[in-house]
Amino acid sequence: MYTQGLDQRAPEGAAKAADDAAALVAFQARIDAEEKIEPNDWMPQGYRRTLVRQISQHAHSEIVGMLPEGNWITRAPSLRRKMILLAKVQDEGGHGLYLYSAAETLGVPRAEMVEQLLAGKAKYSSIFNYPTLTWADIGAIGWLVDGAAIMNQVPLCRCSYGPYARAMIRICREESFHQRQGYELMLKLAQGTSGQKRMAQDALNRWWWPSLMMFGPSDKESIHSSQNMAWKIKRVSNDDLRQKFIDVTVPQGHFLGLTFPDPELRLDEASGHWLHGPIDWTEFNRILAGDGPCNRERMAARRKAHADGAWVREAAAAHAAKRANRQRAKAAE
Amino acid sequence: MTDNRMEWPLWEVFVRSRNGLAHRHVGSLHAVDGTMAAELARDVYCRRAEGVSVWVARSADIVASDPARKDELFEPMVSKVYRHPTFYEIPSDVKNI
Ligand SMILES: [Fe+2]
Ligand SMILES: [Fe+2]
Repeated sequence: MYTQGLDQRAPEGAAKAADDAAALVAFQARIDAEEKIEPNDWMPQGYRRTLVRQISQHAHSEIVGMLPEGNWITRAPSLRRKMILLAKVQDEGGHGLYLYSAAETLGVPRAEMVEQLLAGKAKYSSIFNYPTLTWADIGAIGWLVDGAAIMNQVPLCRCSYGPYARAMIRICREESFHQRQGYELMLKLAQGTSGQKRMAQDALNRWWWPSLMMFGPSDKESIHSSQNMAWKIKRVSNDDLRQKFIDVTVPQGHFLGLTFPDPELRLDEASGHWLHGPIDWTEFNRILAGDGPCNRERMAARRKAHADGAWVREAAAAHAAKRANRQRAKAAE
Repeated sequence: MTDNRMEWPLWEVFVRSRNGLAHRHVGSLHAVDGTMAAELARDVYCRRAEGVSVWVARSADIVASDPARKDELFEPMVSKVYRHPTFYEIPSDVKNI
């Protein structure tokens, strides 16, 4: 599960004014008191809209995120690795379903969200628009991409919206396995032949910067941040999360005997933080706008999977209708 | 995308984590009927050792209390503290009570 500060539109003022001022004050007081908001409670339109957008983008990311790794299931080098990868990809599908359910509690039908994704109108995490070129990429994704996702998601377990927070708790419990299997895979390659080690280094080189971009734009550019912080939808800033991720990940990479593709990366003794070089946000924006290495391929694969499954959905509905009819006839006898 | 709007009904899923414990709400899913909902619940909500039994109920069949009436329905215990054992002062010399 992978959330990202994807949207840079400012919240609409008109909708806000429509909400009763007193209700807004009472709502904020509940949030400030760390009370959870549940589906049927009153909430400002902007709060609902923000959550629908964030949770559905998050769900789409889980679903699209199955594609780069699914790509390697049939090519896993051993039965053990194949079972692990299958279980991981299945988990990601499950994460997508928990999140769609959470978004549905806000009144948006599942079919509408799926339609938006397939029509190319919905956003999903930029990270899944990069290709998985070698087996080492599966290790790098588990270690770095799931690692970054965990960093992002742990604070979301305390999100003010109950159903989202509960889905996140469930997801976080499952993510740790994803990260550990990835790191273990990298470790095996790093301790292997020189060719295997080269493969691991190449994967780290390609996945490092995209992983850092998963935390979204810098706080200085993120328009949504302050309102979302006040509503306790977001609880830690993008830059703080990114720094935390770098600080825990760099020593893990050094343990593998690998290097990071950032010549400016250095430990600042005074603060104890690993300082990094500038992030290429033009690449990030290009991918979000739909022009990454795999955007078209991912959407095409999603649409094909949905179209190929149409007969299953139709058959299941027809079967259920037949059984219901039979039961009604029996009851009438 | 002709069939997109042919939405399957929503089901709420309850899982008993082990015998002796009550079923607990874990989430929801879409399915054509109850049999399918229970089967899908296994894959969606029990991929690890989360449960030994599943209940599913159509979300539309659940009747919920109105959150706006929360205060009148669940009046805070502040006014009914005498319903709690701690309300009663018993000398410490009195045992087993
Ligand atoms: Fe996930
Ligand atoms: Fe994951």
